[in-house]
Amino acid sequence: MDTPTAFTPLSALAGGVLIGLSAVMLMALNGRIAGIAGIVGGLLGPAPFNGLDRFWRLAFVAGLVAAPALWFAVTGAMPEVAVTDSWPLLIVAGLIVGAGTQIGSGCTSGHGVCGLARLSPRSLVATGVFMAAALATVFVTRHLV
Amino acid sequence: MKAVLSALAAGLVFGLGLIVSGMVNPAKVLNFLDIAGQWDPSLAFVMAGAAGTVFIGYRFVLKRPAPFFADRFNVPTATKLDARLIGGAAMFGVGWGLVGFCPGPALTALGTGAMPVLVFAVAMLAGMAGWRWLVRD
Repeated sequence: MDTPTAFTPLSALAGGVLIGLSAVMLMALNGRIAGIAGIVGGLLGPAPFNGLDRFWRLAFVAGLVAAPALWFAVTGAMPEVAVTDSWPLLIVAGLIVGAGTQIGSGCTSGHGVCGLARLSPRSLVATGVFMAAALATVFVTRHLV
Repeated sequence: MKAVLSALAAGLVFGLGLIVSGMVNPAKVLNFLDIAGQWDPSLAFVMAGAAGTVFIGYRFVLKRPAPFFADRFNVPTATKLDARLIGGAAMFGVGWGLVGFCPGPALTALGTGAMPVLVFAVAMLAGMAGWRWLVRD
């Protein structure tokens, strides 16, 4: 059931640099942290928005979602996305990820990339906690149950 | 308009980074988190490459008086290490470890049209919206 994957340090590093460049772009141009949970969360609450705030958030999300199409246009192949979990598990995990990122004010990008780069103590703690929780969860689901 | 176009470009570059790095593939994420099993350490290089680039880039960018297409830099100012931060991060980590999707990769993977990703993404957005409405922020 667990799909094996190859160790790909160079493409991982190159992709990481692209993610970092995107975050630097968004700060330099729009003055915003590239935290996906924060960008998307700002679209989903009851608070009133001024038009521009909503538009840049939607545009960023549109770029994220459109990336595989651009990738396909250039390489002729869709990126590999191997999901083996059942729908009930996907729904439960999705709800927990969604709520958890809003309660904890960030995810892998906001806390783990932008926050660590700013040497933010809150992000350092949050990243340590979510990494530990994710490692423990995988250990339990793959090796104990 | 410029702020919207630059956000679109940043989103595209971010998504391409998630694809190139393999972060968009939950199988790779779960193998990264599976230290006791078939460990694939690739994603440590994603974090290092991304955080390293931002660490250097922010040093130059934040020296400027203001961003190009906005009035000011919106940088978080909160410093409190409270139960909400830690509890939320722990919740997020459990969800991430269950299926291998965090918010960015889930949205980019959505662009491949795969049905299980749609199921996860809709649940994730519902979880985000649910909390936002609950706390009325």
